[in-house]
Amino acid sequence: MNWLITLFTSTLGRKLLMALTGLFLILFLAVHLIGNLQLLKDDGGRAFNVYAEFMSTNPLIQIVSKGNFFFILLHIFISIVLTIKNRQARGTDRYAVTSGKSSIWSSRNMGILGTIVLVFLVVHLKHFWAEMHFGDMPKVIYDGTEYRDIYSLVAQWFALPWYVALYVFCMAAVAFHLWHGFASSFQTLGLNHPKYNGIINFLGKTFAVVVPALFAWIPINMFFF
Amino acid sequence: MKITLKVWRQKDANSKGAFKTYEHSHVSQDMSFLEMLDVLNNELVQKGEEPIAFDHDCREGICGMCSLYINGRPHGPLQTTTCQLHMRSFKDGETITIEPWRAKAFPVVKDLVVDRGAFDRIQRAGGYVSVNTGGVPDANEIAIPKKIADEAFDAATCIGCGACVAACKNASAMLFVSAKVSQFALLPQGQPERKERVEKMVAQMDEEGFGACTNTKACEAECPKGISVANIARMNREYFSAITSSYEVMAKGGGD
Amino acid sequence: MKLDSKAPEGPLAEKWTKHKFNLKLVNPANKRKYDVIVVGTGLAGASAAASLGELGYNVKAFCFQDSPRRAHSIAAQGGINAAKNYQNDGDSIYRLFYDTIKGGDYRAREANVYRLAEVSVNIIDQCVAQGVPFAREYGGLLSNRSFGGAQVSRTFYARGQTGQQLLLGAYGALNRQIANGKVKMYTRSEMLDVVIVDGKARGIITRDLITGKIESHSAHAVLLCTGGYGNVFFLSTNAKGSNVTAAWRAHKKGALFANPCFTQIHPTCIPVTGDHQSKLTLMSESLRNDGRVWVPKTARPGLKAADAVNIPESERDYFLERKYPSFGNLVPRDVASRNAKYVCDEGRGVGTTGLAVFLDFSDAIKRDGEATIRAKYGNLFDMYAQITGDNPYKVPMMIFPAVHYTMGGLWVDYNLMTTVPGLYALGEANFSDHGANRLGASALMQGLADGYFVIPYTIGDYLAGMPYEKVSTDRPEFKEAIDTVQSRINKLLSIKGKKTVDQFHRELGLTMWDYCGMSRSEKGLKFAKEKIQKLKEEFWSNVAVLGGAGELNQELEKALRVADFIELGELMIDDALNRSESCGGHFREESATPDGEAKRKDDEFAYVAAWEYKGENQSEALHKEELIFENVKLTQRSYK
Repeated sequence: MNWLITLFTSTLGRKLLMALTGLFLILFLAVHLIGNLQLLKDDGGRAFNVYAEFMSTNPLIQIVSKGNFFFILLHIFISIVLTIKNRQARGTDRYAVTSGKSSIWSSRNMGILGTIVLVFLVVHLKHFWAEMHFGDMPKVIYDGTEYRDIYSLVAQWFALPWYVALYVFCMAAVAFHLWHGFASSFQTLGLNHPKYNGIINFLGKTFAVVVPALFAWIPINMFFF
Repeated sequence: MKITLKVWRQKDANSKGAFKTYEHSHVSQDMSFLEMLDVLNNELVQKGEEPIAFDHDCREGICGMCSLYINGRPHGPLQTTTCQLHMRSFKDGETITIEPWRAKAFPVVKDLVVDRGAFDRIQRAGGYVSVNTGGVPDANEIAIPKKIADEAFDAATCIGCGACVAACKNASAMLFVSAKVSQFALLPQGQPERKERVEKMVAQMDEEGFGACTNTKACEAECPKGISVANIARMNREYFSAITSSYEVMAKGGGD
Repeated sequence: MKLDSKAPEGPLAEKWTKHKFNLKLVNPANKRKYDVIVVGTGLAGASAAASLGELGYNVKAFCFQDSPRRAHSIAAQGGINAAKNYQNDGDSIYRLFYDTIKGGDYRAREANVYRLAEVSVNIIDQCVAQGVPFAREYGGLLSNRSFGGAQVSRTFYARGQTGQQLLLGAYGALNRQIANGKVKMYTRSEMLDVVIVDGKARGIITRDLITGKIESHSAHAVLLCTGGYGNVFFLSTNAKGSNVTAAWRAHKKGALFANPCFTQIHPTCIPVTGDHQSKLTLMSESLRNDGRVWVPKTARPGLKAADAVNIPESERDYFLERKYPSFGNLVPRDVASRNAKYVCDEGRGVGTTGLAVFLDFSDAIKRDGEATIRAKYGNLFDMYAQITGDNPYKVPMMIFPAVHYTMGGLWVDYNLMTTVPGLYALGEANFSDHGANRLGASALMQGLADGYFVIPYTIGDYLAGMPYEKVSTDRPEFKEAIDTVQSRINKLLSIKGKKTVDQFHRELGLTMWDYCGMSRSEKGLKFAKEKIQKLKEEFWSNVAVLGGAGELNQELEKALRVADFIELGELMIDDALNRSESCGGHFREESATPDGEAKRKDDEFAYVAAWEYKGENQSEALHKEELIFENVKLTQRSYK
């Protein structure tokens, strides 16, 4: 099993883990968005609450959810290891002048963007996920079944201007993170071929714009309309 | 032309370096960047000041010896080697900052001279086809599709200057390593050692302390030979497939 | 001293085979008992070090650059000849031999040239097996082109980077032996002397260019693969570091220097722009296939390329087409170069310095379209634009000849051994294969032939007769050599004069270029000799070398090299004076046909002029190796 250690302690192996976990998180974002879009339904939050109940009780989803947490932690852990190693690789004397003309901003600042996303994630988990799992939630009854009224929790937060602003700002960070991260993960996996690069780049950039924009639209919509 | 130069001066590997400013008033647009430094050095010697040490040799853009990080870019504002850069790319009165390549794996030797021995050691780990002189088949016994040969050639044009490492915010050497890995992964001559080669070269690259690739593509944008990051993707592919499928005999030194 | 070429007897085509059989062999198990030093890691050095390592010898390889891959072989553009006859166009080993010996104006040794042609085919096989990406046809087989006016397509090429790809192949082979522990590589190490013990070359003295440490290395044989000496002219297409020091030190220790005046001047280089010029850049001579060379009929000082387009046809002198109607712009390198010099001497040169002629593509662009010309020469045009700032699609290029290659070098016998036993010279460092003029695409061939396919055989013959015992570097011969080197360095550092090394080098170069360049006369040469003697005196009393001996000191490196170039310059002049004929790249104004073309004197000068060092400020002694032509008939070149 030496080869596994060799693989995952090599720069290439670490990058592989970054790419794979990143791609999983991209998938997770898409699924999460589909759920959140229920918030836009004009039904007093019923669809959203039903969906949330399903997501937090279905055993299969629970397993995936644990995996998701693990992958987020792994993604963060490896990024920290790589960042430290990469900084060491530059050496003690650093450049006095750097021009930044040869690469795009987001590609050079994935660490900063990732940190913003992480801070958001902590706040977000505390306000919603922890509240939902451990907090004292109000209940609603649809067709005789009792549900936790997460919708009202969301609506309560999204009524606060600073919270909406923070949410939108963080979604912008997610967008920039994805702008580079989506196609980058394919490159790391070795999937670079002139026949498919166009499609990958198009999908990546579309995803990076559309998904965070929709996420951000929900609080804006709920705040203003 | 008159220019102001801010040049990194460092006595040797163990000393601390610092920038020194020079006013240079004998500059012509037709000078190459290195000739501009020659003229300055000549003046310094005549004044009894020690000239600036910098690496250079062929001065026609192919040996890969010249370096210099000029105004925040390896080899300066054009995508070429420093020896091919001319002063007409700069403005009269401009301040130009010149630094050595900065990477832990490229320690400064003196002033703007760095030690790129790490590149040689990576090549030594497997950047060749193990054939002895003599006893090889006729050259035309190996037919190679032109497109494959051309693609291998594109990778083989690397001059080993280290601009990729200098440009990369992580001081990653992946463009350099992947260029050689690609050349031999594409060509039939490279097939027998294909797997060991990539494993050994990547291991040596990591051993030397180069950083990891974060796909900023700055290397490609600054490479004087325009080597593509598609080679890095190929190296990743080669490495993953090699490490998951090759025999675990490497430890016995089965290379040669 | 009697020079014995050791060229074997017998029919030309059997000489090498027979010779190889007669050479003594070293038992495989005993090879590891022998140490070989290889100085220089260009095509000749890298291929020799790798091949000898593969055979089992212990090799120590040295280069002054930071990596063996940087040797100046890397800059060769055009290609490499080989008598493969892949194109079915009538090529053969004999034809390559014939073309090479004729191209060299009959001043090379028949046996050597034939061997070169013979092993040329193996070189291509070897390089392809190493993964060198030669150009290919759509069918997947190797592509060839005709080069330098050859009648057959025998040149293998790798875009405009053939030298680079071949060197990287050899560098790979060398790396493999370094990894195997058979070659120990010393980079940034410059050889400053050769050590002779009991009449045999047994080691070298080097300077570590980073620490300044003077080191001794002993071995059973020493190979000098240190390239040519074109930088004696200061401006040349050579790399800035290329130097004659290793060869010159060997010469002073007893190795004869042959035909030093034979230098090749390449007509299509980018002209000098001013006093700051540090080197010249060659552009492939393939440009002359479509470009037309001209100057104005009457002198127009300072004429710019941008204004040239306004000069009407009637006022242009296409001087090559006028003088050589059948070859036109495609006359050989020396003829094209000389004629460019003549028109500039007449004051009809163009550009700010008046030392340039136009190479005009406007007719070709009109005829074939810009796209076709771009496809053929795009990279060269880009390079030109980058260096000069002119757009050659719109205005004519300016070109001028520049020193490119030196055919002369250390005298070697058929085994590549110099007159010092155990001291070998390979590649451009020796004189052996190109005579008075080298054909295009032959330099790479010779470097690799010597390193891959000649020395591995011939060195065994010598080593088989050597005892296994190593000589200690504590011996007085080493100590003495170290002292000499050290006192030379101390002397240079102690002068603390007023003129920089580059100033001396430029002055030397200018003198050599003016009087021992494209055209040479007795009067000019004698004048130059005096000038150089004075320059030498001034150098040793007024050179400014700053810094210390125990550190990276690029001024000191240059000073050590220039000191040797000055001495070599004087010998080149002696040789040029002695050879009062014109042949190949050597043109003596006194030996010309009535219409000004080169005239050879075969009855007087069909010999190799090998010079023996006789001591400080003494004239060198001339030894002649008669050249015997059993297979080719000597003819005079004509391009009218």
